[in-house]
Amino acid sequence: MFEITLIHYLFLASALFTLGVMGIFINRKNVIVILMSIELILLSVNINFVAFSAYLNDLSGQVFSLFILTVAAAEAAIGLAILVSFFRSRGSIAIEDISSLKG
Amino acid sequence: MTGLTFVSLYPVWPELFMVISTLMLLVIGVIKGNEFTSLLFKLCFGVVAISAIMMFGVPTEKIYALNDMFVLGRFAMFSKLAIAVAVGISLILSSRYLREEALNRFEYPILMMFATLGMFMMVSASHLLSFYIALELQSLSLYVLAAFRRRSVTSSEAGLKYFILGALSSGLILFGISLIYGFTGVLGYSDIASVVPGLEGDRLTGFLFGVMFVLSGLAFKVSAVPFHMWTPDVYEGAPTSVTAFFAMAPKLAAFAMLIRFLGGPLENLADQWQVVIIFLSVMSMAWGAFAGLAQTRIKRLLAYSSISNVGFALIGVAAATAEGYAAAMFYMVIYMITTAGIFAFVMFMRRDGRALKEISDLSGLSKTHPLMAYGFAVLMFSISGIPPLAGFFGKFFVFEVAVAEGMYALAVFGVLTSVVAAFYYLRIIKVMFFDEEEDAFDQPHSIGRKSVAVLALAFSVLFILSPLKLLETARQATQVVYVSQDTPSTSDGGNAYELENTSR
Repeated sequence: MFEITLIHYLFLASALFTLGVMGIFINRKNVIVILMSIELILLSVNINFVAFSAYLNDLSGQVFSLFILTVAAAEAAIGLAILVSFFRSRGSIAIEDISSLKG
Repeated sequence: MTGLTFVSLYPVWPELFMVISTLMLLVIGVIKGNEFTSLLFKLCFGVVAISAIMMFGVPTEKIYALNDMFVLGRFAMFSKLAIAVAVGISLILSSRYLREEALNRFEYPILMMFATLGMFMMVSASHLLSFYIALELQSLSLYVLAAFRRRSVTSSEAGLKYFILGALSSGLILFGISLIYGFTGVLGYSDIASVVPGLEGDRLTGFLFGVMFVLSGLAFKVSAVPFHMWTPDVYEGAPTSVTAFFAMAPKLAAFAMLIRFLGGPLENLADQWQVVIIFLSVMSMAWGAFAGLAQTRIKRLLAYSSISNVGFALIGVAAATAEGYAAAMFYMVIYMITTAGIFAFVMFMRRDGRALKEISDLSGLSKTHPLMAYGFAVLMFSISGIPPLAGFFGKFFVFEVAVAEGMYALAVFGVLTSVVAAFYYLRIIKVMFFDEEEDAFDQPHSIGRKSVAVLALAFSVLFILSPLKLLETARQATQVVYVSQDTPSTSDGGNAYELENTSR
């Protein structure tokens, strides 16, 4: 029977992490997608932490992932708040409109 | 494991005092509303001053607290006092600026206090968990501050850009931390230091991978090239008082954190990370110098100036010795005070109640405001490293360390790029003294702003009287960065220990 080992978890986490980073850089449409990519990055790290924690039989990794969840919530709240205030002044959240600062 | 008692918390007292008083000030702000902001600024200044004074009450030897997550010693004290000075100056500069720009909201000083608290914790973090939490406490407050002028497109755009790239860098740091945890099994600095010598093969590779992720995240925070792209936009878009704060305090804290991370658990892997730091340093110096040449807006120029200055300070870190770290911190402190003065002058640039942004707005300043022009010129000479002024000593000691460690090419490159960067500082002086004069600025009223400018000038000019005192303090401080001497399992920290003994 096929067994899921630490390596598989690490591959999953790295794949999600890469997807998240790509989502920030390749995405050309919409800032909300970037916020989702950031969440993806944080959650991939959580998978890493929990997998390592189970593998090492050590609880501190799981505690760390709880902290990450909390901070991620705060971060999402602040990100959305800034996005709302940007939308109010600019009237759009398309990536190509985030361009008044250049040089 | 020991329980929390009142006594075991004494290294954290300054921070605890700050948390409690900031929360109280927040409540007061909510009740009294925005008319209360000016008084709130004064109260926040008082709180920062009292926490700084409280730090003198704790003994200077290295103590751990909060289950080894928090460390206090000479290095933490040195960095925290420098940060407290930076925050105090920013509070003075902000108070007036917010009134002029009709941004007077009580959240501003409170956010600044939370960012300061985050920076204090960053400097003292000796565990990757406290490292992360402190970094986020600081960053989340700074994102909001950058977007503080809500009605302006540029400010909210600056906040948005800073948030996205900052969150990405936190993600990189976190991924790195998870790898470090996975391949060592521990998170505390001294535990990592004791595990590292036993790492080999795949475990060492995985660990180094994690370290590189953390380093790139930290490079974002200190805005070293190639992770600098947020800096010019955020500096330009954010309200000037926030830009001044960004240029002074968070970089200092991030440097202290970088030094503690590299010098502590990674002391024995210096040959692995040195290359990365040298790369960051060279790139920052070059890009900061050359890209700055094309700038026409003063805040954008200062952003590139800060990038190149970070490059110089990174030379000290690349040396991987206590002297090198000391030179880097010394450089950052001098840069911080010079920048404070420069931003005070930038805030003087107002005409008809409107802030000016272009370098060309300074034309003929020597005729309309001669005193201001001469003061600004002195600070520009200082930051470009012209000899009798403070900025020269910062560069001198950094290069001295590079030469002492045999990194001649890096030192020569540093000197060359500092010559290139001197061009744009000198161009400002040329504009002020030799261009056609424009209308006079508004008459400056702010006593706080004037005193910051005068203090920065006095510091730059009089620094030559005892340049070694600050360096000596920094050297004593960075002796305690190493953690291997704290852990009985490794005996390799003898070098640092001996240095500390001889310095007494």
